[in-house]
Amino acid sequence: MIESSGHEGGHEAPRGFLRRYVFSTDHKVIGIQYFLTAVVMALVATVLAMLIRVQLAWPEKAVVAPETYVSLVTMHGTLMVFFVVSLALVSGFGNFLIPLHVGARDMAYPFLNMLSFWVIVPGCVLMLASFLVEGGAAAAGWTAYPPLSALGKAVPGSGLGQTLWLLAMALFIASFTMGGLNYVTTIVNCRTRGMSMMRLPLVVWTFLISAVLGLLSFPALTAAAILLLLDRHAGTSFYLPAGLVFGNETLPHQGGTPLLFQHLFWFLGHPEVYVLVLPALGIGFEVIAAFARRPPFGYRLSVYSILVIAVLSMIVWGHHMFVSGMNPYLGKYFSIVTVLITVPFSVLGLNLIASLWRGRIRLDAAMLFALGLVSAIGIGGLGGLYLGTATSDLYFHDSYFVVGHFHFTIGTVTFFGIYAGTYYWFPKMFGRRMDEGLGRVHFWLTVTSLFPMFLLMHYQGLGGLLRRTYDPTVYAYNAAARGLNLSITLLAFGLGAGQIVFLVNLFRSMFAGERTGENPWQATTLEWTTESPAPHGNWRREVPSAHRSPYEYGRNGGAEDFVLQSAEKA
Amino acid sequence: METARPPASASALAAFFVVLAALTALGFAAISWLPVVASEHGPGVDRTIVYILVVTGVLFLVGHAVLAGFVWRYSRGGTPEYRPLSPKVEWSWALLPVLALTVASEVGVLVIGGPAWSQIYGETPAGALEIEVVGKQFEWLVRYPGKDGRFGRTAAELVHDVRNPVGLDKKDPAASDDVVLRGALHLPEGRPVVVRLRSLDVLHSFAIPELRVKQDIVPGHLGRTQFRPVRAGSYELACAELCGLGHYRMSGKVVVEPAPEFERWLREQAGWFE
Repeated sequence: MIESSGHEGGHEAPRGFLRRYVFSTDHKVIGIQYFLTAVVMALVATVLAMLIRVQLAWPEKAVVAPETYVSLVTMHGTLMVFFVVSLALVSGFGNFLIPLHVGARDMAYPFLNMLSFWVIVPGCVLMLASFLVEGGAAAAGWTAYPPLSALGKAVPGSGLGQTLWLLAMALFIASFTMGGLNYVTTIVNCRTRGMSMMRLPLVVWTFLISAVLGLLSFPALTAAAILLLLDRHAGTSFYLPAGLVFGNETLPHQGGTPLLFQHLFWFLGHPEVYVLVLPALGIGFEVIAAFARRPPFGYRLSVYSILVIAVLSMIVWGHHMFVSGMNPYLGKYFSIVTVLITVPFSVLGLNLIASLWRGRIRLDAAMLFALGLVSAIGIGGLGGLYLGTATSDLYFHDSYFVVGHFHFTIGTVTFFGIYAGTYYWFPKMFGRRMDEGLGRVHFWLTVTSLFPMFLLMHYQGLGGLLRRTYDPTVYAYNAAARGLNLSITLLAFGLGAGQIVFLVNLFRSMFAGERTGENPWQATTLEWTTESPAPHGNWRREVPSAHRSPYEYGRNGGAEDFVLQSAEKA
Repeated sequence: METARPPASASALAAFFVVLAALTALGFAAISWLPVVASEHGPGVDRTIVYILVVTGVLFLVGHAVLAGFVWRYSRGGTPEYRPLSPKVEWSWALLPVLALTVASEVGVLVIGGPAWSQIYGETPAGALEIEVVGKQFEWLVRYPGKDGRFGRTAAELVHDVRNPVGLDKKDPAASDDVVLRGALHLPEGRPVVVRLRSLDVLHSFAIPELRVKQDIVPGHLGRTQFRPVRAGSYELACAELCGLGHYRMSGKVVVEPAPEFERWLREQAGWFE
């Protein structure tokens, strides 16, 4: 363990607006920059979602064109997964929290950190610009399966839009890799005195494992994207077999297979789910501990479960390909290991619930979202069984059951993690509180629209409604399922309205929120031992040491019922 | 410290979890969302789905009841104590979910789902009818081998939208009587069917919800799927894999009819080059 004393002394706060807020190397500023970037991208992605819902509720009006519709679903997924949730949750909160939690003055590589942010900015610009080019934005699904994504003739969005999509993804991966390296190095090497691995707050464990998973799996997507670029622009045939016919004309490609891309994509794609979900769970643990005044139930168990999830997540990607024509024995293998993931997840879920046991719960907005997150993990996790079991996936594959399912896992769990984290750490970010009343309105508008909305999609999947379908009335068998579309669209509008409340609260509170002191929630971890907002270098005095577990709640009873992690043992 | 009643917000949240769980379970149980099942292996697929519905339903209801109960009970104040668990206690607690979930999930995969999976991907039963389905943007083409019972040679270079949609090679004697149809599939009731799957351009997926059939079609690979339709009727064929702007309208018809009627129908079909 190396102390971060190297930063001590000559680390002065930079002067000048540009160095302080724009090209900053301060992990807290960078974290907030990521967060605000994600907010902008979320606005775009939400508008796309609303357009999708309008089309589905009133398909006879043909509000958008079919080729626009496939661009909408493609870009909504891409933006939400990579440019909203990844940026806000992993890059945003990860950057802001890790040094404060482990007791470091900054990330291990502050300049690399700044670079990682300034690499993602052009990525965002390219993604947004792709809406404006000829043919429109990418339209091969967020999974970008070739040949659709490889051939301009296959779909209008597969022109310049798809190329920009690939370049933007390359920038995203580069940025995410720099961030991941920083996280792992900082957590492993820059912990303060006494901060042993088993004294790390659980959220730091989740960031560590998330970063390791990202570093191990993203190279597969990098390779996949490069090969796809070559197929598109250099005439290679990595993904393209012989005999493709478009408009009575046979293409000269030969020797490749689209299945190669699917394997490479999901080798990343599946771990990516845990890259995003784990930090949200980590935030859940932190917030529930502080608002139930109890240490999270089963710290060790949770850490081991996270490790088991990490290992399993790397060997289950094939469950996205059960119906791709893979060897049936392979299908069986992927089924057996996939459903095992519910085991460590159920341990984590039960630990979260058990953390409330004999607590003294306070239902502030942060806690409300953390508890909503627990429910969403349950729904998302259990829904996974239907899709992880090959025999039932045969029916559910590419149906709205899948759409409902992943909107609970990488949608709701992650967003609720972001919201819980925002209400909880906002005082440390800006020295002010978010408005509690608006926070509650936001919560209730969100849960009463979001849960029914995505649950109804599960019924639609059961009724056989297929995803990425511009006009479901083409079929008769799905009549009952598609009958829910109007309700779902109205719920989606409600959900959107609820998020406006959050945005108003967020920006108003930045400037007009009630000022807070060091430790407004009477929490125990190290970030609460410095002033709010935390200054450059995180602590004006010496960096605190860790003398005990991160969650000593319920210590003495009464008002001061907690002991800071930095408090020396008597 | 402890009060008799929790604050309204706790009651509201607890009530929300209970109502949500109850209504969700009711929605699954009260309405039969699944379309009718018309294939031999279909009930096996449905059995797997129902098994998981029951198992996850119980876990979902119990989990939410406990969550709601805790929220309600422990919002009344009180003085929590700091009592970390010993590793031994932790491990014994974990044993319950580990055993329960391992057994519940693997029973679904191996015991309930396994036989149906093997049926779908197992040996082809004797006397199966072999047909070919070709996917292209945004149309289904169906080929029967004709009177000689053999599929003639095809080549991509010969494909023409109108004149030769699957690219039959005229020079191959086996090709002349091959029957090629657009968008409609006739199948005999009760006889096993093997479908050869080909794509001319991008990924498609051969899906017949009522038959519980879904199989991706990967260009460059000759795919296959097999099933036995057991219920006469007219069903819909859908493309289940995004294949472009017209993906949504890439539908087809599947007519399952008694074997004699099917045979009669097949005899009436002329070969593509006849």
